[in-house]
Amino acid sequence: MTRGRWFAPALVLTLAVALTFLTLPVVAIFVRTSPGNLLAALDDPGVLDALWLSVRTTLVALAIIVVVGTPAAYLLATRTFRGHALAVTLVELPLVLPPAVAGVGLLVALGPQGIVGGALADAGIRLALETAGVVVALTFVAAPFYVRGAQAAFGAVDRSWLEASRTLGASEARTFLRVAIPAAAPGMLAGLALAWGRAVGEFGATLIFAGSFRGRTQTAPLAIYERLGTDLDAALALSAVLVAVSGSLLLTAKLLGGRGVARAAR
Amino acid sequence: MLGHMLRRHRCTAALAAALVTTMLAVVGCGSDGDSPAAARGELLVSAATSLKAGFTDYGERFDVADVQFSFAGSDELAAQIRSGARPDVFASANTTLPDALFAEGLVERPRVFAANRLVLAVPAEDAKVRSLDDLARTGVTVVTGSPSVPVGSYTRKVLDRLDAATRRRILANVRSNEPDVGGISAKLTQGAADAGFLYVTDVVATNGRLKAIELPAALQPTVAYGVAIVRGAAHRRAAQTFVAGLLAGDGAAALRRAGFGLPSAQ
Repeated sequence: MTRGRWFAPALVLTLAVALTFLTLPVVAIFVRTSPGNLLAALDDPGVLDALWLSVRTTLVALAIIVVVGTPAAYLLATRTFRGHALAVTLVELPLVLPPAVAGVGLLVALGPQGIVGGALADAGIRLALETAGVVVALTFVAAPFYVRGAQAAFGAVDRSWLEASRTLGASEARTFLRVAIPAAAPGMLAGLALAWGRAVGEFGATLIFAGSFRGRTQTAPLAIYERLGTDLDAALALSAVLVAVSGSLLLTAKLLGGRGVARAAR
Repeated sequence: MLGHMLRRHRCTAALAAALVTTMLAVVGCGSDGDSPAAARGELLVSAATSLKAGFTDYGERFDVADVQFSFAGSDELAAQIRSGARPDVFASANTTLPDALFAEGLVERPRVFAANRLVLAVPAEDAKVRSLDDLARTGVTVVTGSPSVPVGSYTRKVLDRLDAATRRRILANVRSNEPDVGGISAKLTQGAADAGFLYVTDVVATNGRLKAIELPAALQPTVAYGVAIVRGAAHRRAAQTFVAGLLAGDGAAALRRAGFGLPSAQ
């Protein structure tokens, strides 16, 4: 059979092209300037402010996502009800929404002249151009990553465990806390890592809804954008940090995801 | 059974091939699909966001070539040219960026083609800010351009001419340093901030949603727009015609309609 001989090399070739294309920009960030310059550029107070703000806002957003998203994901995973598929689709919508659309949507919903923002303003709550607005934007774009992961993890928990727990007299809430969550933990954490990665990289929605102000709303990606024209080294240094952070988060998600699958298979 | 599957797959493959071909065709041809445009050629113009209304108007009347605009902060566009982008024309909201690119040998000798005025922009209705003095009041929120973009640099010139105490209080009220005038306009029209520094032409372009408060003459910076043909421009002849029209002709007229001043006005 000489007919099929071209196919395997073709597969290898396409993979090589894909890998080269996908890793080239990441490699370029590290080789464009010397490691010494990268480290020196990190010693800029504005850069450090941006990184620190990114840490704080993403952690608050993740806390909100976990507290609200975990029970919601449990409900979606363990019950079927009218509109279940619609609910799942709506939760996933921000995954495919362009960040700019998310930013405009947040502005006309929660901005001072937004459909809900007016009432918030009357209550003395300002979100647009405030740090709280950054958290809102991050929560909006990152939540689906966690909810999806948690829903799949709860769905993979052996139903007989949950039933056994209830048969033994545990309440629904206790079953959720003591049985379902520990069993689904690896998958939930994997989803959380992906959500964190998305939150760290958030740019468009944050800029449109929360603006860009050092120490207050200028997260690391916004600081990169501001420095691009004037201080390429600082932009590259911040980019390098974000590559490392995002890479670690992806790796964490992969390892936890693998463990979750292994546990479910047992 | 196998034959049926193969047939179905062939069908899918044909569909995929058709899809890819269509995509390539769309990407490859762009707007050159219709022959008159292809005959006229394209002209790529990188221009400051504040030029959007005037340049779009001029572009529609320009019959030498099909004009494609890329609007962004002037600093961003200059950074693109420095990193190898080759538009045909670069139009900046200041003269320092084209002059710097000229000194670096990246563009031909720049020409000053328009003047503008910095104003204090506020929402047309229920404005909380009525004068420059109001900016220093506590509780007032202000948006400015980031220091690297011309509008932000002019704004800092204005603030530098105020007494130190007033300047500090105004800077304490700044909630966002936006990458271009579009961001400032958007924050103001959405009521996310009470006031911002914009060009008078940006206020005109909002069709009455914002109003301009003139700055005292002693504070007004000189806002002059520079344009240059990029070295190695692919459509140099069309670029020359485009620049000539900005100095005297359809472009100059379109700019006057959009509220820009004559280059010698200041």
